[in-house]
Amino acid sequence: MNKSIRRLAAVFLVFYGLLFIQINRVQIYDAKQLIEDPTNSRIAIESFGSARGRIATSDGVVIADSKINEISDQFRYEREYPYGNFYAHITGYVSFNSGSSGLESSYGEELSGRTPEQLADALYELFADDPETHDLVLTIQHNLQIVAAESLGFRNGAVVVMSPLTGEVFALVSSPTFDPNLLSTTNTANANNARSELLNKEDNPLISRATNEIYAPGSTFKLVTATAALEQAGFTLETPVFEITAAYVPPLTIRPITNYGGNECGGSLKESLRVSCNTTFAEIGAEYLGPDLLKETAEKFGFNKVIPFDIATVPSYFPTDFGNELSMVTTPDGENTEIAVVENTPLLAQAAIGQYEVAATPLQMALVASTIAGQGNTPKPYLVKEILDSKGEVVTFASNSVWQQTMQESTAEMLRESMEEIVNSGTAQRLAINGLTIGAKTGTAQISSEDSETHAWVVGFAGYPQNLPSVAFAVFVEANSTEGEQTGGRVAAPIAREILLEMFEVNE
Amino acid sequence: MKNKEIQYRRRTELWLIIFGSFVVTLLYILTSFGNSASVPVDLVPFFVVVLGLGVLAHLVVRKFAPSADPVILPLVFFLNGLGQVFITRLSHESGVADELPALQSTWTAVGVVAFIFVLVFIRNSKDLETQKYTFGVIGIILLALPLLPFIGSEINGARIWASIGPINLQPGEFARLALTIFLASYLVEKKELLQVGTRKIFRFEVPLWRHLSPVLLAWGFAMLVLIAEKDLGSSFLYFALFTVMIWVSTQRLSYLIISFGLFICGALISWRIFEHIQARVSIWHDPWSFRSGSGYQLVEAAIAMANGGLIGTGLGSGEPNRIPEVETDFIFAAIGEEMGLLGTVLVLSSFLLIISSGLRIAIKSSDPFNKLLALGLTTLIGLQALVIMGGVVRLLPLTGVTLPFVSYGGSSLLANYILVALLLRLSDQVENSQSNKEKSIREMSNE
Repeated sequence: MNKSIRRLAAVFLVFYGLLFIQINRVQIYDAKQLIEDPTNSRIAIESFGSARGRIATSDGVVIADSKINEISDQFRYEREYPYGNFYAHITGYVSFNSGSSGLESSYGEELSGRTPEQLADALYELFADDPETHDLVLTIQHNLQIVAAESLGFRNGAVVVMSPLTGEVFALVSSPTFDPNLLSTTNTANANNARSELLNKEDNPLISRATNEIYAPGSTFKLVTATAALEQAGFTLETPVFEITAAYVPPLTIRPITNYGGNECGGSLKESLRVSCNTTFAEIGAEYLGPDLLKETAEKFGFNKVIPFDIATVPSYFPTDFGNELSMVTTPDGENTEIAVVENTPLLAQAAIGQYEVAATPLQMALVASTIAGQGNTPKPYLVKEILDSKGEVVTFASNSVWQQTMQESTAEMLRESMEEIVNSGTAQRLAINGLTIGAKTGTAQISSEDSETHAWVVGFAGYPQNLPSVAFAVFVEANSTEGEQTGGRVAAPIAREILLEMFEVNE
Repeated sequence: MKNKEIQYRRRTELWLIIFGSFVVTLLYILTSFGNSASVPVDLVPFFVVVLGLGVLAHLVVRKFAPSADPVILPLVFFLNGLGQVFITRLSHESGVADELPALQSTWTAVGVVAFIFVLVFIRNSKDLETQKYTFGVIGIILLALPLLPFIGSEINGARIWASIGPINLQPGEFARLALTIFLASYLVEKKELLQVGTRKIFRFEVPLWRHLSPVLLAWGFAMLVLIAEKDLGSSFLYFALFTVMIWVSTQRLSYLIISFGLFICGALISWRIFEHIQARVSIWHDPWSFRSGSGYQLVEAAIAMANGGLIGTGLGSGEPNRIPEVETDFIFAAIGEEMGLLGTVLVLSSFLLIISSGLRIAIKSSDPFNKLLALGLTTLIGLQALVIMGGVVRLLPLTGVTLPFVSYGGSSLLANYILVALLLRLSDQVENSQSNKEKSIREMSNE
């Protein structure tokens, strides 16, 4: 009998051994994967159980705070956004059931005290009630943010205002917006309802149009085409000189590209920029640059790349494939005979004026403006200036840095000159403000060949005369069927002007 | 056993109990820190009660079973204390079931009284052996009790409860004990028949049908009642327990194979027939597919234990209350979350030590009944712990049984204290008979 008992002991040992192995799997080997399970709400509960750090603007206005929750037993704190709608796409929300967004998501660890350093600090105060959380100080200027949002008004669109030299973002607005308080409430049923209501809205208020949605940039993209022409194709502002025409027919098609309102235009690069001449830039793209040079330049500005930023962004898009290169063709106008073109040259001509599949976030277009307004380098944009510990001491601060070296300083200078001319006498005259040097490029992008409705854009820079510009901006107004055609000069430029008036404290 | 050795055993037990009381009280303080950052107000009473109950049980063992194993009782008190700490900690947040810690400690006291009662009144295991049919009948009545109208009631889909006045009990917990006693003595009585009356088929010794039939009958009855009560966990426990006891008593592999075959058939048939068993198997296989429904508990338990990692979140700092039934079936996951792998391995090794002590009693025993009973009782507690710990971490399909001494549950506590008392009684007897044997051998050699 004892033999069987010993065998039984062995069986027990084997099973307890298996149990030991399985416990190790759950608690150690698979632990990371289990904790990161998207349905794991423990971390959310934990962060709702203690106060999160504050988020404040550069001028000290608190835009996200935690207040003691007197209603719920489960959650001790509730997140509060005093200026809800105005900062929804910056702060984001922290929802118990559906995760977080914006800075609440990307700086979730700092705000809730879960970075390795904070956890290590917390060990010193073993029985402290609350974890050591950090506060964020942003680059956003409160008044500017409010003015930007109000001047955009009820229109769908976005505004990005930033420093071309440092990359600090002064205002970041997306419209329509939402109230993050409703999503972050500890009444989870209400939060769920608010969320599904927002998700069902056709114009998608949860998505930031400034950073997470891409739109045809239209003529604002001519800045990129012009950069490529100046840097890569031996252009100057004055040469070559293009034929003054109302229509340009790219090789391999019979469909012409026309100018706005059927106007005739042409001449030098500077002149073509001033009046936003489609025929000139379509020809530059199709016959002088080709797909590779244009794509390379677009990517130097950040297209097809994820912009390094404090909140999530989507990359802007420039098409990478225009088909195989064909041997010599004769251009329809006969002016520039015997050149090598690609199969989809007609589409390339469209891409060169910011149509076809080219699409950009307003943040990307603000970077294009910043690059030109600066010294030819694309800055790394940022929102979080400083991270403070609970005693108010700076833990980390953002440093200015160049993201990409995009063009020569001289090229940037030439483009600034051209853009200033656009405000002086071109398509962006509505933007002019006495006492300021302002340069801009407007854009009016068709969203389909049938409808007349258009996106309106204006990107540019402003500063005091004789100084480098201190502000770069992009204003985007989304196409709207009731508004019909909205041109950048008429619709977007006045919004930009309102913002510049606030920024430079000009009273009129 | 020599007096000196007895002294040594009891002194070991006492010191282990004192040590355990300090550990449990320390955990209690840490829990309070974790919950409210303060020393618990009832710290002194808590320590006095924990230590008092332990010392009381120890004194009874010293008087009535002085040669018994010295490790089992301290381990039991440690597990019980750990359970009490966790039940207190869990009630802190849920808010609903604040009476649980008080009820659990009351049941602990009742359990200790029952423990003392058994040791005082059952002075010889022979008393149990002679009453085997009484135990058999009691076991069957207890098993059937929840099925009766008025007395029985169904809670959470299992009809395992019986209400007598204000007290709700799970008679099945006691039925297991009674049936183990019955089976042990029955098998001893019929051992020769079961062993000898065999027929050879191929190489296997197959028992004659008529010798096996009473066992099969009892077995079948138990299964039937359990299927009627929808208590998968107990059903499996009976199967395994009976199989082990028959196998060890007859030394016939054929019994093991027959039982195993029966088990496979039973499992397959019940899987085909019963939806709730199919559901159990599917959520065992992939709880994530049933994340918001039947798989919720297992997924939350896995996340809780993962959250605990190696050293745990600290007592009072986890979120174990997100797991349904965490005070009873899933208390192991709560320990895993707040005490980490260290905590779970501590529990696991405690049960392994209890099993090894129990099996040692069985091996040392020369009396076949004592041997089988010690084996059966040890298997019962070791298997039950394995089934629920394995179920929580998805080593086995989940079956709702309690983790002995740790989980909340009066019937379970009471039954397990009786079980341990019986085990200590057997241990004492075994040691004495061994020393008697040695003495007689010595005396013979002296002559």
